[in-house]
Amino acid sequence: MVAPERTGTADPGEAPAAPPPAPAPAEPHRSRLTDRIGSVEVLAALLILLIALREPLAGLLSAPSLATWTTVFVSVMVQAVPFLVFGVLLSAVIAVFVPRSFWARALPRHPALAVPVASAAGVVLPGCECGSVPIAGSLIRRGVTPAAALAFLLAAPAINPIVLTATAVAFPANPEMVLGRAVASLIVAMVMGWLWLRLGRTEWIRLPRRPDLDDTRRAAAFWSAVRHDVVHAGGFLVIGAAAAASINVLVPERWLRALADEPVLAVLAMAVLAVLLSICSEADAFVAASLSQFSLTARLTFLVVGPMVDLKLISMQTGIFGRGFAARFAPATFVVAVVVAAVTGMVLL
Amino acid sequence: MNRQAQACVLLLLGGAVLRASLTDLYLRYVKEGLRPFLIAASLLLIAAAVMTLWYEMRPALRRTTPAADETHDDHDDHGHAHHEPRVAWLLILPALGLLLVAPPALGAYAANQSGTSLAAGGLPEYPPLPDGDPADISVYDYAVRAVFDKGQSIGDRRVRVTGFTVAGADKQPVLIRMRLSCCAADGQPTKVGLSGNTPAGLADDTWIEVTGRYTTRMGRDPINDFEIPYLEVESWRQVPAPRDPYE
Repeated sequence: MVAPERTGTADPGEAPAAPPPAPAPAEPHRSRLTDRIGSVEVLAALLILLIALREPLAGLLSAPSLATWTTVFVSVMVQAVPFLVFGVLLSAVIAVFVPRSFWARALPRHPALAVPVASAAGVVLPGCECGSVPIAGSLIRRGVTPAAALAFLLAAPAINPIVLTATAVAFPANPEMVLGRAVASLIVAMVMGWLWLRLGRTEWIRLPRRPDLDDTRRAAAFWSAVRHDVVHAGGFLVIGAAAAASINVLVPERWLRALADEPVLAVLAMAVLAVLLSICSEADAFVAASLSQFSLTARLTFLVVGPMVDLKLISMQTGIFGRGFAARFAPATFVVAVVVAAVTGMVLL
Repeated sequence: MNRQAQACVLLLLGGAVLRASLTDLYLRYVKEGLRPFLIAASLLLIAAAVMTLWYEMRPALRRTTPAADETHDDHDDHGHAHHEPRVAWLLILPALGLLLVAPPALGAYAANQSGTSLAAGGLPEYPPLPDGDPADISVYDYAVRAVFDKGQSIGDRRVRVTGFTVAGADKQPVLIRMRLSCCAADGQPTKVGLSGNTPAGLADDTWIEVTGRYTTRMGRDPINDFEIPYLEVESWRQVPAPRDPYE
């Protein structure tokens, strides 16, 4: 999106957005100039351009489908901002103020036991998935075993009190949905934690190097962590929100009807839909309730898969833990979640 | 994107969310209950931006007095700047979406995409209608009472509902109000067919206030095969869009 600015001068090598090229410092005067035309100036130019083009832009976005896309995109972002910001604050507190020794004392020493404890800890944190990704990143950075941090990442958005209450409200005639959701989500989180202990490799998780977190001034390190995580996780959230808005606008509900009558296909369709729609875990129960042509088991699958694997989570996990991690973790979670939800549904519902 | 620019983006996003939540703009996208959290979160974003600028500018200000030997440090800073996240540029999009475009609330297009949503609406018993003639109720309340209670709790009282119109399959207008559970991404339409003195020739997305009585007539939504109740219209008038477009 950063258009290369052609200034038309005799010096094409001096693209303003690029960092100063390594062999450049021969001429100190000019490198000063490129330092000046940094991201701030590009940003300012971009903003002026967009404000100037406001009218044609608004006209372009007034077609009903594009307008709906923009509405859904903006509202996913607006909805996520508080959760993102508070998640990031908590993650910055963990990264800067909570000493490493705390986690050694708080969690059982054996990783296999730390997994269920971390999953259960997810129950008390009322947040949605946008906040839990940076928190899990900080936990790993502070020496918590990845298996436990990942179990927390999966459990926290799925089974906290707000989400379970919303589920109870959305399914007034089927209170067993609440139990099914809590049990199935907890099992998936623990299974994934233990799977990571057996099969996971530390090198898949590539947390970016963050020298600023070791800043001796605690306040500076704290605000640096907040800025970095909001910008980083938020940027990937934008990608996820755009994807979810596209699905929302492009896939009409009537396509789903054809799938609802086949029990196995229905479960798979709802699982895929949960991934694509990327609805906040506090709202997905209401959407599931409205998809009444599907069986309860299929809808339970929707509720179990959604908070653990969806487009915006995959995008954020790629950003925070690295591509190699997301490419393995997301599909594995998807399979485990579908199987566990289907079995739970058969037993309970 | 370097840290100063990131601070500008945070300031822009925080400012855009703050502006939207201080006006009624946020009601197009999320529920009213989120407002205090939006304000708090946007203030924190602005604080993060200010603190980032503070820590970035302070060494620069100090550096203006002593000279040469600090230039090494300066170069180091830019080495880090290179590793700062590029996705930060994307955060401009929601900020500008709020500031420049401010897209409209969900309307006819979204309503035609999904089936009427009453599935979770059945109640064990229905409270009496509010006082007044006509009784002001929500479209959803009317639809739930009409479908699940067969209109018993309405009786022959007159009711008044507000929603926007969409041309149905038979060209007759359907009254629609969207419901949010969290944000516009999960918006679900409640649809009520109109019979009797029906408004004609209205464009989609026109807001009207309809006064009428319960009728036993039922239609079906072709999208999810769920029942669409009808309302026997006595009178209607065009109204401006309500402050909160959802219910």
